[in-house]
Amino acid sequence: MKIAVCIKRVPDMETRFKIAASGTAVDESGLKYDMSDFDGYAVETALQLNEKQGPGETVVISLGPDVVQEQLRKALSMGADRAVQLKADKVPADGLAIARALAAELQGGGYDLILFGRQAVDSANATVGPMTAELLGLPCATAVSTLEIANGRATARRDLEGAAEIVEFPLPAVVSVDEGMPRARYPSLKGIMAAKKKPLEVKPAQLGAEHIAIEKMELPPERAAGRIVGEGTAAVPELVRLLHTEAKVL
Amino acid sequence: MANVFAFAESRGGALRRVAFEAVSAARALADASGGGEVHALLAGAPGIASLAPELGKYGADVVIVVEHPGLANANAEALAATAAERIRAGGYRAAIFSASAQGRDLAPRVAAKLGVSMAADVTSFELAGDALVVRHPAYAGKVIATLRLTGSPAIVTLRPGARAAVEAPRAARVENAQPASDPAASKVVVKEMIAGGGAKLDIGDAPVIVSGGRGLKSADNFRLVEDLAAAFGNAAVGATRAVTDDGWRPHSDQIGQTGRQVSPELYVACGISGAIQHIAGMRNSRTIVAINKDKEAPIFKVADYGIVGDVIEILPVLTAAVKEARAKG
Amino acid sequence: MQDFFDIDSALSEEERAVRASVRQFVDERIIPVIGDCYIEGRFPKEIIPGLAELGVFGANLPEEYGCAGLNNVSYGLIMQELERGDSGIRSFASVQGALVMYPIFTFGSEEQKKHYLPKMAAGEIIGCFGLTEPDYGSNPSGMITMAKEQADGSWVLNGAKMWITNGSQAKVAIVWAKTNGDKSDKSIRGFIVPTDTPGFTAKDQKGKLSLRASDTSELVFQDVHLPKDAILPKSGGIKSPLMCLTQARYGISWGVIGAAMACYEESLAYSTSRVMFDKPIGGFQLQQQRLAIMLTEIVKAQLVSLHLGRLKDAGKLTPQQVSLAKRNNCDMATDIAREARRLLGANGILAEYASMRHMANLESVYTYEGTHDIHTLILGQAVTGLSAFN
Repeated sequence: MKIAVCIKRVPDMETRFKIAASGTAVDESGLKYDMSDFDGYAVETALQLNEKQGPGETVVISLGPDVVQEQLRKALSMGADRAVQLKADKVPADGLAIARALAAELQGGGYDLILFGRQAVDSANATVGPMTAELLGLPCATAVSTLEIANGRATARRDLEGAAEIVEFPLPAVVSVDEGMPRARYPSLKGIMAAKKKPLEVKPAQLGAEHIAIEKMELPPERAAGRIVGEGTAAVPELVRLLHTEAKVL
Repeated sequence: MANVFAFAESRGGALRRVAFEAVSAARALADASGGGEVHALLAGAPGIASLAPELGKYGADVVIVVEHPGLANANAEALAATAAERIRAGGYRAAIFSASAQGRDLAPRVAAKLGVSMAADVTSFELAGDALVVRHPAYAGKVIATLRLTGSPAIVTLRPGARAAVEAPRAARVENAQPASDPAASKVVVKEMIAGGGAKLDIGDAPVIVSGGRGLKSADNFRLVEDLAAAFGNAAVGATRAVTDDGWRPHSDQIGQTGRQVSPELYVACGISGAIQHIAGMRNSRTIVAINKDKEAPIFKVADYGIVGDVIEILPVLTAAVKEARAKG
Repeated sequence: MQDFFDIDSALSEEERAVRASVRQFVDERIIPVIGDCYIEGRFPKEIIPGLAELGVFGANLPEEYGCAGLNNVSYGLIMQELERGDSGIRSFASVQGALVMYPIFTFGSEEQKKHYLPKMAAGEIIGCFGLTEPDYGSNPSGMITMAKEQADGSWVLNGAKMWITNGSQAKVAIVWAKTNGDKSDKSIRGFIVPTDTPGFTAKDQKGKLSLRASDTSELVFQDVHLPKDAILPKSGGIKSPLMCLTQARYGISWGVIGAAMACYEESLAYSTSRVMFDKPIGGFQLQQQRLAIMLTEIVKAQLVSLHLGRLKDAGKLTPQQVSLAKRNNCDMATDIAREARRLLGANGILAEYASMRHMANLESVYTYEGTHDIHTLILGQAVTGLSAFN
């Protein structure tokens, strides 16, 4: 199958973030970057589908400045065949602009399947995948936790609150992947070397107008310090008392 | 004065709480912009019209009822087409959806169809001139972004539970409408609905969540967590990524950066060490209790109350104490 | 660990990618099991296929022999990440790559290279390196293992080797022996010895308190018959095994940095959460001094090894430079591990914390591949021109 996977470069979420002097962005100094978690699952899904179903092509696409080539090369070292950077000075806050640029690249590409992560772990909007599907006029299933493909049709599970749906749809289609999909393999060392020889194309991103601007980024208020109530089962009565009288949740 | 559109989410022929949250938010926005009308879209299988008065209770002036057998299960294509057509025709200032699983699936399609931008998973919003200014938790909840959305209509998904549904009764008048696309022609078809395995209450809705981690030592010991949840009466059971990875609990129970983000009244973390990844999912809980045998476990840094000890010994005792406290009233 | 000196900016994207892959492997496959393996005294053989698939064995040897073809800085980073897990794991990889695959690559015939290297890279053939003997450790030139050439060109090998990593699980042993009764070290040649050859026995040495998650064996050769193609044709003199040691020592200078990093990270995390006298112990001067010294020594060692790697890639590396790095880095790592153990207080003696395991392991690393003292004399001789060896 010809599969496209759209990936995003994000900072390591284990970081204790600081706000930049501008007040409208996170301070980037010293940050480590990687592919967004769910995007990694999407690349892995594509690779496994093509490994299982015979020869195919996995193309990875990322929008942003030249540094995103690092994440594209990681996908290539995992086993993707070729990469495309849609070059933009920065990743817009407006998902529709990103979707427009991706749709322009994906249109006419003859893809059987276009994969996204459910959401980028930094911006956490979950909009670009389904918007891109809509702009391409393709069927779309979001936040799938299982995906099976046979004879040009897909079956997927989507978890809802307190329930789940099993959906079926024809290819070509757009799918965004969630927990439950396979974790990203770590690139083998040979894969890292091989990635250097795989094609990585740079094209300008056709973003169009943007209608969302970041006005401010701030840290949430710190939680007040808590306390250890006691040790072992002996502490239970005191905990229950506090939950009743102080926290008033019991 | 501007009208505001709200999407009233339903499932299995009943309105979900997030539907009232959306209508209520639309009501507040309409009032803030000079007192326009709130129009709520209620779509489902034939008979769904009977739910319209409930939407009126939360401030809907008009309930657009779309009934069709093909809408018994969620049908994103037909719903998106219907919502987009209505929004386009109605000249609304804003359109409010929930950032529920269904809302997150639906709203982006509507926005793309209309060629307008949307703000996702917002915890608050306010009009500022011709813009809508919203707040949205980002970076695993560690940063709050304030975003300015221009263009009309402003499409927004509201984080479930971020704004309580407030009653503001209106005499909702019903307008019947047809789906804008044939639901039977939708390419993505729901073949089967599976009710939540065992869990009566979803972790997104529950006021209390009792969550378990590796400290429980085995999948079987999760029954101690379930017992405590049952003792609270209104609690759901959550899990860490470590135990869902090991298959002790389903992925849909996972709370954390790549799982569900929850903000219950009370979160009880049992045998959970408090990896940053997990804390990202529950740090906004109003009260946090932690039980862990390691006094240095990071979970105690975010907990309001902690007990240091063996979770396997403590849970049964806590369960009994909670039952007793609740029985006393 | 925070990149305090922005050393990452001196690494290429490829080098950082290599480090990230191995780190992830170690985090997911080694760290969860290594504490138990150490206590049980067993090497986790089950990770060998995973290590092979990752491409760790002989990673700096050419792609044409099935290896990853990485540069030497990447090779060093691999060793660093493996030893962040455990010195025993890194020892396994050092032996396989630098002491088995390297001599075959450097001193072997084309047939030997084609036959062994791809299978060794794939982890299908595990090897060991037989140089050290019960009575000849620091002075390998004194070895008594002897190979006698027969009329038909085959050899008969007799002797014993000791402290051989991977010995009991190896399919081949690269054995260094003097030849034909000549007791001078000029007669030393290398032999590829299949371990199932009659007369070859390997027995694990028991009772180790260090490198417990590693197989350390005695090898005994009693009239072991070897075909004439068992010899490594280009080997000759003590210089040959010493060249292999230089390779391994280079990797070790990086490896111990990994162990030091693991101990530092553990101490730092502990010091900011362990509360005593109403504040985290990391707020007390003596603990801050420990942490400051650890950080400084790690940064210095990283820069030493990084520059050494660049020299090696430029073909300019000298064995004495490697001695400086191995000696300094092992010394600093053993100190860091011990200080980390002390910072952890009583908890520091539990296997649940890594520092004491690293501390015990690093005593072996301080001693093997040229003891600290031997490297001291190598440097002394290099700068004075005077030998203090005897």
